[in-house]
Amino acid sequence: MGEFSRPTRLDDALQSLEQGSWRILAGGTDFYPAQGDQPISESLLDLTAIPELRGISKTATGWRLGGLTTWTDVIETALPAAFDGLKAAAREVGSIQIQNSGTLAGNICNASPAADGVPPLLTLNAEIELAYPGGNRRLPLGDFITGVRKTDRHSDELVSALHIPDIAPEGRSSFLKLGARRYLVISIAMVAVVIVPDKNGKIIDARIAVGSCSPVAQRLKRLEERLIGQTAAQGLSARVVADDVIGLTPINDVRGTSEYRMDVAEELVKRALEKVATPEDEAR
Amino acid sequence: MSADIDLSFSLNGEATRVEAPPAERLTKLLRERLGKTGTKVGCDAGDCGACTVLIDGDPVCACMTASAQVQGRSVTTIEGLSSNGTLSKLQQSMLHHGAAQCGICTPGMIVSAAALLEKTAKPSEDQVKDALGGVLCRCTGYRKIISAVMDASDFATAPLRSNSGAAVGARLNRVDGEAKVRGTEIFGADIGLDESLLIRVVRSPYHRASFTLGDLAHYVTSHPGVEAVLTADDIPGRNLFGVIPPFADQPVFAEGETRFRSEAVAAVVGTPAAIEALDLADFPVEWQELPHTLTPNEAMAESAPQLHASRPGNLMARGKVRCGDIDTGFSEAAAVVEGDFSTGYIEHAYIEPEAGMARRVEDRLEIEVCTQAPYMNRDEIAAILNVAPEQIRVMPTAVGGGFGSKLDLSTHPFLAIAAWRLGRPVRMVYTRTESMASTTKRHPSQITAKIAATREGKLCAMKFDGIFNTGAYASWGPTVANRVPVHASGPYRIPNYSAQAQGVHSNGPVSGAFRGFGVPQSAIAQESLFDELADKLAIDRLEFRINNALENGVPTVTGQVFDQGCGAKKCLETLRDRWQIARDRAASFNADPGNSGRRRGVGLSGLWYGCGNTSLPNPSTIHVGLQRDGRIVLFNGAVDIGQGANTVIAQICADAVGLPIETMDFVNDDTDLTSDAGKTSASRQTFISGKAAFLAGQNLREKLLRFANVASEARLSLEGNDLVASDEDGTHRIALSGLESDDKGFVAMGEGTFDPPTSPLDENGQGEPYAAYGYGAQMTELEVDEALGTIKLLKLTAVHDVGRAINPTLIEGQIEGGSAQGIGLALMEEFIPGRSENLHDYLIPTFGDIPQIESVILEEPDLHGPFGAKGLGEHVLVATAPAILNAIRDATGASIRNLPATPDKVRAAILAVQKKQVSNGSS
Repeated sequence: MGEFSRPTRLDDALQSLEQGSWRILAGGTDFYPAQGDQPISESLLDLTAIPELRGISKTATGWRLGGLTTWTDVIETALPAAFDGLKAAAREVGSIQIQNSGTLAGNICNASPAADGVPPLLTLNAEIELAYPGGNRRLPLGDFITGVRKTDRHSDELVSALHIPDIAPEGRSSFLKLGARRYLVISIAMVAVVIVPDKNGKIIDARIAVGSCSPVAQRLKRLEERLIGQTAAQGLSARVVADDVIGLTPINDVRGTSEYRMDVAEELVKRALEKVATPEDEAR
Repeated sequence: MSADIDLSFSLNGEATRVEAPPAERLTKLLRERLGKTGTKVGCDAGDCGACTVLIDGDPVCACMTASAQVQGRSVTTIEGLSSNGTLSKLQQSMLHHGAAQCGICTPGMIVSAAALLEKTAKPSEDQVKDALGGVLCRCTGYRKIISAVMDASDFATAPLRSNSGAAVGARLNRVDGEAKVRGTEIFGADIGLDESLLIRVVRSPYHRASFTLGDLAHYVTSHPGVEAVLTADDIPGRNLFGVIPPFADQPVFAEGETRFRSEAVAAVVGTPAAIEALDLADFPVEWQELPHTLTPNEAMAESAPQLHASRPGNLMARGKVRCGDIDTGFSEAAAVVEGDFSTGYIEHAYIEPEAGMARRVEDRLEIEVCTQAPYMNRDEIAAILNVAPEQIRVMPTAVGGGFGSKLDLSTHPFLAIAAWRLGRPVRMVYTRTESMASTTKRHPSQITAKIAATREGKLCAMKFDGIFNTGAYASWGPTVANRVPVHASGPYRIPNYSAQAQGVHSNGPVSGAFRGFGVPQSAIAQESLFDELADKLAIDRLEFRINNALENGVPTVTGQVFDQGCGAKKCLETLRDRWQIARDRAASFNADPGNSGRRRGVGLSGLWYGCGNTSLPNPSTIHVGLQRDGRIVLFNGAVDIGQGANTVIAQICADAVGLPIETMDFVNDDTDLTSDAGKTSASRQTFISGKAAFLAGQNLREKLLRFANVASEARLSLEGNDLVASDEDGTHRIALSGLESDDKGFVAMGEGTFDPPTSPLDENGQGEPYAAYGYGAQMTELEVDEALGTIKLLKLTAVHDVGRAINPTLIEGQIEGGSAQGIGLALMEEFIPGRSENLHDYLIPTFGDIPQIESVILEEPDLHGPFGAKGLGEHVLVATAPAILNAIRDATGASIRNLPATPDKVRAAILAVQKKQVSNGSS
């Protein structure tokens, strides 16, 4: 029979992790579905009573999103336009019920290829802060998720926060998710884009990530480089070529064929670029 | 599970303290420790939202919330949303709009909506969809829920009351609706919570396997709290069941070999704590996987494993209908079209998994389960227990959706055997996965059809071959094999016709009854080909259908000629203006270069569906009595699974008696108390049980008139304990206390039985299979995103001839809900055994997938039906998928013949069309 611990201080949680083998519980939106009707045999470390792990704050160099930050917190917090893609993804996570419970750290640690939060966080250059007894370390999100349901988290660590480096106020973002129904749907493919134009409208920074089309969501580096110096305006998607998505390795499953995923990934990239290049108020 | 902790929190405003395991799901804490069973469990995985509660005002799924996490917080459940017993405006609005059908999702809907309304008093449609999108409903098609929530904040409409003789046709609230919106309705999982042993079933992990059970006695003794392990050896009677007695072939517990994944081999019975702590991985059974088949093609191969010795070639049943001469017919053709079509397994996906309880009362067994067929269940359970049917009392709970699957036995035999053997109350609740993996499905179909018409656009021949995968056991397979050839023509005159359907066994899940018994599948082939045929002849697709539609005096393919009641042509004609407007609207959209990449289309489909069993007796009996205290009691055994039978039958009966429905009390669905009203299937309850209720009402009325010695047109009323009859001669007042009454206090009892007149089908399928059909026509407007292959439905228009709309709100509910299931069939649903046994891989439509639905009710009365009414429940679904597929083809030229039309398939079909156009040199 496992134990259950619900510490109120991060230090206590870390001390527990150091001393025993724990399954970490937060929003429960991945833990309970996977449990089915099996009895719970593992020891559970419930982090939800630790206030310092939740919430979004401005730091000197960017933004800190506590690991327990929920999708609803993301939606309801006033953030720069570069976060619009992350907010759009948050609204597409399952349902309001799941957005109210599910956490950013949980989404990342669950490491599903179809995790809605990962592509926009990749385009925000998110860094993962892992706390362990006596310290913490940071690494880029892209390095943290190492495969399907695999991360670089050690058993005595927990994801205490995500750090998003500052982006120029001109930064804009978008997110598109394709599913076979409107709500409560696991994506067939999704694309997140962040671009930063200079004051003349020339792109000085471009980040594009595709999810659900490879074991871990991927950035499209070649396309990003090609977009530098282009004008952020209608027609930007003409810069996309079929080879841009060639590094993706989508699978065949009940949600779509791999061929279809390659096909729509390219289309979604184009649309996400158009969306971000032509903000709503400028669109016809 | 770890040691209990002391929790204190606010529950519906009351300080609450309770001891519970900290990681226990909040659903279990609320339902089992605190008695708040209004919070429902549909999936235990956040996929359905039925368990939605508010924590500090925010909706969350209680099934994914650790109990420890509510410490110090405020939890609101459905029980907390009505104040001092008064329904909230939201609840009143839900009731008024008919937004609750079966009621199982209703608490989750209302709780979610309450959170929305707290922030946004007058929400837009999109706001409602976003706020409630996490709750699935399989009955309503969501439209009425949207209306109810949008209207809720200033809802002030008093419930409509029925005047004497004016209940039929009135939009009365459901007679059983208040419990549904309060969350007090009792479903299968809501009973016996504190007194019963629990049961868990050990099931096969393979599509086919042999197995050996180990030391079961040791398993029992080594698991404290486990009382027994039940296997085939523990069955007192026969280890066999099946809804059609001559085809009964399914064991309660497999013996030696399992024929499909999730087939039961044993059941473990014990205390709830012991059963919940079980990890069935250590159950003593050794499996040996065996070669299996999953499709008819595999199963019909010479070397294929044979499922049942008496059915060589795995052929379960065959049905056929022939008329005229198809060779001659095809020789007269100016145009011929043909095609192959296929559909997969479709899951009913009601939000209530199968559940119930049973107890032994001396030499009788009482079983309370969610079911569509109490009397059939009774007889099957009696045979399993080897007792007389009268020793079994089936008391249906409320049914949280059925759609055909809850006709068959599921939990019943396990409950019955355990309660009978152990003499203690037992209960069980299927998990979502168990429900999806082990119960029946819609038959997968492979259909080849060829249809021809003359230059004038008259249908002259049709050939139809359907192969239906009936899975491991027969269930309702024979019904599908019989119904399909009768219906495959659609509601059209086809003089030369040859249709056959066969049911073939495989090691797939058992295919059974699902809204339409194979007819939705056959209509996809027939209606898709009709569009191609009309196009070939350059005839408007609607006019082509009208030109061939059945009407009074025109024979069906079984040679049946109706001289009344056939509304097929009228339904299609009703669409004429709408069709033209919709076509023009789509054309102007498509002509706008700004809409490049998006194509709009309009699709049509006709439909017909026979009400009641095919050429077989299916009587219903209803009783209605007047008590000495001046109350009418309706004894109604027609199970309401959400469609509204309780209300419709009461409306019919009230008008037949001539007294308002408010004078009635109800005794529903109990094999000890209500007569057999047949099963809730085949769209027969309004038509057949409704007619029985009409006859019962008339019978009671005659007796009441006799008391007063007044003429038949006299007006009746009940005033206190007096029966008052008024006619031309004045008012007669009869004191009921002065009349003789029976031992139950009834001064008069009316009885009505109805069995619709049919005749057997001959060797060519000729005859009168149904006393009446219902008819309809649907039109779909949609938009295709050509690059992604996604479909956006814009509007459904559904015209249905219901004979007489007993309750228009309930009719609309059937139309919207049936259409939603048709949308699922067309666009997203396919059950894959072992892969999509949950509600996130098996997708059903959500709030955002159902467009505006315009219901057009047509009333072409049928002389058999009560007040002219016909059935509707299954009809709706028949036309929806074909109309969607035809609209996709209209928009893009792409024909989807292998369902569902998921985005990848639609995209591939569009690419194929574009490739063909390029190679043809056209653009």
